[in-house]
Amino acid sequence: MNEVFQQFLNPEIISKVWVYLLKGLGTTALLSLMVVPLGLASGLAVAALWSLRMRWLNALLIVYVDFFRAFPPLVLLLFIYFGFPFVGIEIPAIVAVAIGFLLNTSSYYGEIFRAGIESVPRGQWEAARSTGLSWGQTMFNVIVPQATRNVLPDLISNTLEVVKLTTLASVVAIPELLNAARNAQALTYNATPIVLAALMYLVLLWPVVRLISRLEHKAVAVR
Amino acid sequence: MELDRLAFTFFNPEIAREYWPDIAKGFVVTLELGLATIATGLALGLALALVRSFQMRVINWVIVLFADALRALPPLMVIIILFFAFPYAGLPMSAFTATWLSLSLVLAAFSEEIFWAGIVSIPRGQYEASRSTGMSAWQTLVNVILPQAVRITIPPLTNRTIAITKGTALGSVVALAEILGSAHSASSLAGNPTPLTLGAIAYLLLFIPFVLFGRWVETRFAWKQ
Repeated sequence: MNEVFQQFLNPEIISKVWVYLLKGLGTTALLSLMVVPLGLASGLAVAALWSLRMRWLNALLIVYVDFFRAFPPLVLLLFIYFGFPFVGIEIPAIVAVAIGFLLNTSSYYGEIFRAGIESVPRGQWEAARSTGLSWGQTMFNVIVPQATRNVLPDLISNTLEVVKLTTLASVVAIPELLNAARNAQALTYNATPIVLAALMYLVLLWPVVRLISRLEHKAVAVR
Repeated sequence: MELDRLAFTFFNPEIAREYWPDIAKGFVVTLELGLATIATGLALGLALALVRSFQMRVINWVIVLFADALRALPPLMVIIILFFAFPYAGLPMSAFTATWLSLSLVLAAFSEEIFWAGIVSIPRGQYEASRSTGMSAWQTLVNVILPQAVRITIPPLTNRTIAITKGTALGSVVALAEILGSAHSASSLAGNPTPLTLGAIAYLLLFIPFVLFGRWVETRFAWKQ
């Protein structure tokens, strides 16, 4: 038992690496603060464009959304990160992450917002427009607030996925939590940093998982 | 002639001809890994949901704990734990096994929750009515509850399965020669991104049908309100 502790939760190694891992955690938080708002905004834009009901535009949006939902995000990220330099454009890893996440998450958030907008009864549109609100005012002051409430569980659940997805940034050497843990493990020849990083993810994300479960079961109960 | 140069860089026919067998080999690995993950992940998820429906307190706690942990942990983190941390416990495993096992556990956690939500959504009266006709608990589950529950669970299950199966690309991080892994090493070898383009095409060939299927399922099984 003691031996297991030496390998997986070694107090000496914990005291050495925890500051480093916390820094990684900070980077993970910053990354999330960058990619989640970016995804929400672009997803909302995709859904709003969809609601314009222009046939050719909608066909284009379906292709866009399906294309990027079919692409594994890591493939997208590496394609951007390693592809751009070949055409003479050097981009920093963080920009590659931003572009890759934007393309990937806008598709997922877009689908969720679209479902939300479609769940708002048509009469709401007509009532709002007939009071003299413009299309944009109707969309963002009347429809989107109701739509958001209707798909809140899906939005939260997707946001959790996006935060978990920031681990991909470790592959392009951005020093977020997983990257820090891997480096520390390689330096200490010990599994403790990896276990510690996993525990950090668990402690921080577990409450969100619980929240999602509760929202989902509530949704089932309402039916 | 910028466009020509771009095409020549990202889709160089000569390099494509040289490296496509590598990508094809990777394609087979991705396919095997994906199918294995779907099979074990869904089977384990369904089994856990069924066990949970028997309402044994301690076992339910364990199942919920398992499902919560694997929904909270990033899949790449799970792969790294299995591949890099387990050897310290004297349990080394191949990149394929580590990726397959990780993704299966993650899919099992998510699908258990989805199957469970489906089971819970069936009114208790259905269960009582079937039992009172003389069916056993098992018969009730298999013949009455599951057929209805599966219908509700199929749309979210399809989407979740696609999302997790796309995670096979994560195997490249532990040097598994699936599509991304072989495309990446081929493109460093060739000094040209053409293999990456081939890899991207391979992923689209593989997953576009799934995504379209998911879309079809969503409308086909849409919950009628």
